[in-house]
Amino acid sequence: MIFFWAFVVGGLICVIGQIMMDVFKLTPAHTTSTLVVVGAVLDGFGLYEPLIKFAGAGATVPITSFGNALVHGAMVEANKSGLVGVITGIFEVTSAGISSAIVFAFLASLIFKPKG
Amino acid sequence: MSDKKKKKLTPVQQEYQDFAKQREPERPVLKNCLMAFLFGGSICLVGQLISTFYMHFFGFNEKSAGDPTVATLIFISVLLTGLGVYDHIAQVAGAGTIIPVTGFANAMASAAIEHRSEGYVLGVGGNMFKLAGSVIVFGTVAAFVIGTIKVIIMQVLGGF
Repeated sequence: MIFFWAFVVGGLICVIGQIMMDVFKLTPAHTTSTLVVVGAVLDGFGLYEPLIKFAGAGATVPITSFGNALVHGAMVEANKSGLVGVITGIFEVTSAGISSAIVFAFLASLIFKPKG
Repeated sequence: MSDKKKKKLTPVQQEYQDFAKQREPERPVLKNCLMAFLFGGSICLVGQLISTFYMHFFGFNEKSAGDPTVATLIFISVLLTGLGVYDHIAQVAGAGTIIPVTGFANAMASAAIEHRSEGYVLGVGGNMFKLAGSVIVFGTVAAFVIGTIKVIIMQVLGGF
């Protein structure tokens, strides 16, 4: 069942992005930035975690989960060490995504040449 | 175009704007949304399959399976970007390939590959975040603001 909901919820988040691009004429960069902030706000209200429980990868794969993970890391660390934790913990959870993107993108630039 | 912007234009320019608007091709919103839904949903489905695979064969639990899943998806996306396949898919799928984390990896890899002719330090290193940087900047600032507000509220309420 989780596969079905992953497909539907993930698809719906992409539809929201498509509507922002087509109807409100936002650039892809504006769209993704807005969705990241939306994800962060949703986690601020504690609404994103239930969505992940419900839809699995449907909620963790779209870029909204990046905002969610940033807030999450900040809050976990803040619970341990107070206000400073917000700064030290922000990238704790997202580290996997960012580091792997940097490493793989760099390796790709060593191997591949730009295509027309 | 907003009314505020329109007032600054001369009558001729306004006429041109109206003319250009008539000629602008209608965006097939419904078809685009359907494509975004199908492709975006499929990418998330693949993500779910990968994370189930990691949970079954490598003993990750539901929470810790997220990291290797995201890394795997990013690897696939960077590979497809390097081979020049991702852009062709993105032409059809629109937001379906931009919104998932694969779109983030695609933005970084394509910027890195595109600027390699300017050298590895100034080209690849300096331009890698050219497109993807806005996501990190706005995400981090938003997370900082929300985190700070939450900590202050919790401290006022005596949650610590």
